[in-house]
Amino acid sequence: MTTVDRVTNASFEAWKAAYDRARQRDVPFETVSSAPVLPLTTPADLSGTDADAEIGLPGQFPYTRGPYASMYRTRLWTMRQFAGFGTSIDTNKRYHYLLDHGQTGLSVAFDLPTLMGYDSDHPRSEGEVGKCGVAIASLADMETLFDGIPLSDVTTSMTINSPAAIIWAMYLVTAQKQGTKLDQLGGTTQNDILKEYTAQKEFIFPPAPSMRLVIDTMEFATKHTPRWHPVSVSGYHIREAGSTAAQELAFTLADGFAYVVAAIERGLDVDSFAPRLSFFFNSHVDFFEEIAKFRAARRVYAKRMRDKYGAKNERSLMLRFHTQTAGCSLTAQQPLNNIVRTTWEALAGVLGGTQSLHTNSMDETLALPTEHAAKVALRTQQLIAYESGVANTIDPLAGSYFIEDLTNKMEASANEIFDQIDEHGGVVPAIEKGWFQREIAAAAYHYQRELDAGQQIIVGVNKFVEQGDDTKLDTLFIGPEAEREQLERLAKVRRERSQGAVDGALERIRTDAASSVNMMPAFMQASEAYCTLGEMIDVLRDEFGTYTEAPAF
Amino acid sequence: MTAATEADAMVRPERDLVARVRAGESIACARMMTWAERGDARFAAVYGEFESELGRARRIGITGPPGAGKSTLVERLATHWRAQERTIGIVAVDPSSPFSGGALLGDRVRMSSLALDKGVFIRSMATRGVFGGLARATDDLADVLDLYDRDDILLETVGVGQSEVDVARSTDLTLVVLHPGGGDTIQAMKAGLMEVADVYVVNKADMPGLEQLVHQLTDTLDVRDVPLDERPPILTTVASSGEGVAELAERIDALDAERRASGKRDARRAANLRLRVRRIVEGRLQHDIWQESGLARTLDERVADGRTLSAYGLADEILNAYRERRNLEGPA
Amino acid sequence: MQASEQPIRVLVAKPGLDGHDRGAKVVAAALRDAGMEVIYGGLHQTADRIVEMAIQEDVDAVGLSILSGAHMTLFPKVRALLSEAGGGHILLTGGGIIPQEDMDALAEQGVGRLFGPGTTLQQLVDYIRDEVSNRRAAARS
Repeated sequence: MTTVDRVTNASFEAWKAAYDRARQRDVPFETVSSAPVLPLTTPADLSGTDADAEIGLPGQFPYTRGPYASMYRTRLWTMRQFAGFGTSIDTNKRYHYLLDHGQTGLSVAFDLPTLMGYDSDHPRSEGEVGKCGVAIASLADMETLFDGIPLSDVTTSMTINSPAAIIWAMYLVTAQKQGTKLDQLGGTTQNDILKEYTAQKEFIFPPAPSMRLVIDTMEFATKHTPRWHPVSVSGYHIREAGSTAAQELAFTLADGFAYVVAAIERGLDVDSFAPRLSFFFNSHVDFFEEIAKFRAARRVYAKRMRDKYGAKNERSLMLRFHTQTAGCSLTAQQPLNNIVRTTWEALAGVLGGTQSLHTNSMDETLALPTEHAAKVALRTQQLIAYESGVANTIDPLAGSYFIEDLTNKMEASANEIFDQIDEHGGVVPAIEKGWFQREIAAAAYHYQRELDAGQQIIVGVNKFVEQGDDTKLDTLFIGPEAEREQLERLAKVRRERSQGAVDGALERIRTDAASSVNMMPAFMQASEAYCTLGEMIDVLRDEFGTYTEAPAF
Repeated sequence: MTAATEADAMVRPERDLVARVRAGESIACARMMTWAERGDARFAAVYGEFESELGRARRIGITGPPGAGKSTLVERLATHWRAQERTIGIVAVDPSSPFSGGALLGDRVRMSSLALDKGVFIRSMATRGVFGGLARATDDLADVLDLYDRDDILLETVGVGQSEVDVARSTDLTLVVLHPGGGDTIQAMKAGLMEVADVYVVNKADMPGLEQLVHQLTDTLDVRDVPLDERPPILTTVASSGEGVAELAERIDALDAERRASGKRDARRAANLRLRVRRIVEGRLQHDIWQESGLARTLDERVADGRTLSAYGLADEILNAYRERRNLEGPA
Repeated sequence: MQASEQPIRVLVAKPGLDGHDRGAKVVAAALRDAGMEVIYGGLHQTADRIVEMAIQEDVDAVGLSILSGAHMTLFPKVRALLSEAGGGHILLTGGGIIPQEDMDALAEQGVGRLFGPGTTLQQLVDYIRDEVSNRRAAARS
């Protein structure tokens, strides 16, 4: 603390006196994470910071100012809008539409049955097929999804976790059938199982076998798909589940380090896989807090990777991340306001140095985005990129007393939280004790109570409420016909494939699951034989068991 | 739904309740448990209709500190006995919030493998929602499950307070569940809890600190000078994987059989009955004094009027008022 | 003891495959803090499991959180099974991403009020308290 400096600084004292005399608005002056905010930061707040060592330059350790030397002056961030709904035919059409409008990467949203490893015709899938994303039950659906889209030319991000290894195998086989070599493929599988236990709760197996599958994909990628990011360590869902910004940062990095440790234990050299690890953060409404979070993430990661995990390759130290604006910040009331919120959330991502970005559509609290709403969201990014001028210079907020102080505070909070996780024995034991889940639930409840008490404001919800607000947006309605069509598609696959090949491939999955070999070749063989996702997952459920969460409040 | 059909639906669960519980209708069982839990006069009114049928079920208490894995152990024991076609009733008791009186009851989730098995009935109960004491309520709930034709009734409580210890005691047999690495568990345990154990279960036996905990337990028994042949056995389990559960269940079966044969079970039931009647009498007296005689309000008013009062003086005043209303004689 | 003084019992659960439990947990904590007894039924529940829990626990209300778009399948199924099991008196309510037209259609089928984003905790607490006390009063008369 720098009280001494301040006392000796007469002008500061004069300001302080004037400030204290002034009437202050009766609001808590805190971030959306309930962190207090100073009225003013001055050089005194940074007097303990070695600017060269902590802030440095872009492309140089500890990468606070960005992973690359030239950042957006070489290449803008990838505009990657997450999309998927209905059958693979429906989603394939949307991908062609987005690519035609200037989108530069694809991002697949899967439906809940796929995310949970159930085939579209499983009884538990009823009513959920194609609702929140696209239904992928076998290689046939994957082939249709990318029909007419050369996988050698686009990069694809796939939001899939528990069944990620299998879905990725289907993607690899689809690419091979298009004539693309595996080493040409670029993209990302989310494949971050740890945050499923803490936040998103779409888990199937217990942590140990789940971790094994993640490390199998990392190992396979290291050997065969050098341009693929096998894991995107995700804070997005932790934040959406209600965590604070500091918790999002620390929990996510801790998950990332847990994969690093597990891969090292597998016998992989840290510098062989770390350059392909990527991250995924939320960009919430508190503009400066978010920018500080992104900048701190790079610094904390670089230091730990070098000092604790022995990484030497520069690319192992640079944290690269995707950003999505905060779905939980959007409102059903006065939905056009969502465009504005999304704009500054996206801007925070860009000023924080993101490598790719998804901007939410204004209608997401009502339904899946319509084509029109998705286009406005994409245009929002294009406006920032081409009109606002912010992409012309690198890390323009560096050196701001406020931003640098906030970045330091984020780093300190993250380190404190790492210590707490260590006290619980590490990430997996803390999950099993429900610690993360309790921390997140408590933060979510705290925020909701502040909101109810008017200490946090959401325009249109608890301030400037319009009675009889009649803004009507068109919404995308996924009717029952998508489910019907998907069931027909799946029945056809089951009819036309060779049962012998299916049985053999599933038997291999069983054998491999019981041993410790890398399972990717078995998943690729089964995909080629048109085994369904559900059939493969069922074998694994048998071998690995399933996970039930003990509720934590 | 119209108000009339709603009202009809609401009343229907309460018609011919005893016969319907006996016939195995789950909603009837649930409603009678609510009566029992809340001390509804209708429960006492119908009790005589089935009292003579009770006593068939085996009642087992499971208690221990938070985090010992009791719910998972209960799930495993229930699964074991279900495989022998025994029917199971479970009452899972959790503390209420001291601030709001509300409660968040999540034990069922840990027993999710038992869902949809008609041979298992699970009921969650909050400590504060009951009327007339926790053990009074669980005794009655167990009676309902007995009438509902359950072979085994498992009463799970967090071993933190005296009332939870009373619940654990009012059974045929009590398991005290501990786990290694829970700090100095035994020292921290509520006095009395260690004494009610018929079996000690050291769960999470795959965690470090197992031997230390078993030693501590043995030491405690040594200090208390419990004769060797009366010492509760110490069994180890890993409920999450099921390890040791079959052995535990068989030990319970053997212990129960032995106690029936020796008459020890009947003696314990007689002792439990004595305690239970005392609890009922005390509960009713309390209700009679505070609610029926309206003296709870008198007390509130006397305290609220702000004059300095003597605690004992006021207590005498209340008791005298009560006696007057009931035409009782005062103390000699 | 008057029935109206008895604590309200509510089952809070997440049906279907969606795991986003922030809303369900926040609501469960709020109902507890409003003095209700909340039975938390957990994630990934099927309609028949939810109904069995509601019946065994003799709850006054069932609150379901559905964000996945499967509300038109799940709410009617739970409502029908509840009534079939003798739980016609149990209030079925909930929330999630549910368009107004669907809320109206579900109300026609005997589902109670459903709440979207932007609902305050107090609105939920008041609704459940009022609705349950009306139903209890109707049962007594």
